[in-house]
Amino acid sequence: MLRTFTLHEVWILVLAARWTIALSLAAFVGGGTVGFILAIARISPFRLLRYIASGYIQFVQAIPALMLLLLFYYGLNLFGIRIDAWTAAVLAFTLSTSAFLAEIWRGCLQAVPAGQWDAARSLGLNFPKALILVIIPQAVRMALPPTVGYMVQVVKGTSLAALIGFTELARAGAQINTITFEPVLVFGTVAGIYFVICWPLSLLSGYLERQLKVGHVNVQAM
Amino acid sequence: MNYTFQFGTVMNYFPDLLSGAVLTIRLSALTMVFGLIIGMACAVAKAYGPRPLRWLATSYIELIRNTPFLIQLYFVFFALPHLGMRLSPNNSALLAMVINLGAYSAEIVRAGVESIPHGQIEAGRALGLKPLQIVRFLILFPALKAVYPALTSQFILVLLGSSIVSAIAADELTAVANTLNSQTFRSFEIYTIVTLMYVVIVFGFRAIFTSIYAYAFARRG
Repeated sequence: MLRTFTLHEVWILVLAARWTIALSLAAFVGGGTVGFILAIARISPFRLLRYIASGYIQFVQAIPALMLLLLFYYGLNLFGIRIDAWTAAVLAFTLSTSAFLAEIWRGCLQAVPAGQWDAARSLGLNFPKALILVIIPQAVRMALPPTVGYMVQVVKGTSLAALIGFTELARAGAQINTITFEPVLVFGTVAGIYFVICWPLSLLSGYLERQLKVGHVNVQAM
Repeated sequence: MNYTFQFGTVMNYFPDLLSGAVLTIRLSALTMVFGLIIGMACAVAKAYGPRPLRWLATSYIELIRNTPFLIQLYFVFFALPHLGMRLSPNNSALLAMVINLGAYSAEIVRAGVESIPHGQIEAGRALGLKPLQIVRFLILFPALKAVYPALTSQFILVLLGSSIVSAIAADELTAVANTLNSQTFRSFEIYTIVTLMYVVIVFGFRAIFTSIYAYAFARRG
């Protein structure tokens, strides 16, 4: 007998969204940490480091996130590592998020005018000190809007974990669809929940970007 | 670790993988063409259209950009038949991909359209160009040139995202890989080879995009 799609089913979906948020946060923290190191490596004075980081980014950005998931989930068993869906998802999303965040942040670090580096150096600061005290504080301002914008991509990307059997929002929706057979209602609701999570982030990103532009105009006016 | 890699077993199925890759490329290429057309139409509608049209374009763009592709795919594949529109898995995949790219490319093209100074359009009018000529030569062409890098990275994301349509058993590269995986249990070998195939396809597309830019945009103003 088919179950009907009631408020109870909607509540199940809302509860499943907690896993979507947890996975997004894990991917963002993991990907952000690795991505930060990569972004620094991309602009470091050491050529080898720059090549390694840029090779990694080019390569990971050419692999579908779903492939990374499948590789981690099925592939790692081979090395005797029993891996559950959550760990595989966090590892795969960390990898792909790091490559994209690294490129965004590299762009912001390089957008800081070169004169700032010269000024920092002539004040006697070495590379790490110039980076931490002078460049990063200015880059963070520019990095904020695209980073918040990319978080929307991270949240939406976590839906892929459904395909290796991790029950978050998308998979909960697919499961409820099979027992109620109300695809329009079920996937409409699932899309609605994703929208409620993502849209405020999109709006915030747009708002921050406009703030930044206003800031630039002021700087030029001075 | 005592495991013997058996790439040979997988290589026996290489023709299957290759035909999957061909479908991946075909789906992605068709999506790029149709998605860009929808995107350009929405961008122009949003920038110059009457209010109801602007509102419609904005809701479409925001709705698609703030929900996952997988859910859009599920909606096309499971919900549309419910509403009386039945499509094969491959066509469902194409439709979902086009709807998705349409919204993203609309935002990208719009940024380009907005970067065009209004005086340029007035100059076109003063020179007696027809409205369609103005849209083509003074709005879309320079707008596309300005946003070409953003547009092509979005196209690459379409190619990567096409692997998701394996979820509804369209028989592209990832779906073939999943089938082989359940037949041979050579997960690591299969997914490694398929990952490399994606990398090759993506690098190929990147090279094509670079030469298209050199051919179409670089020489002309």
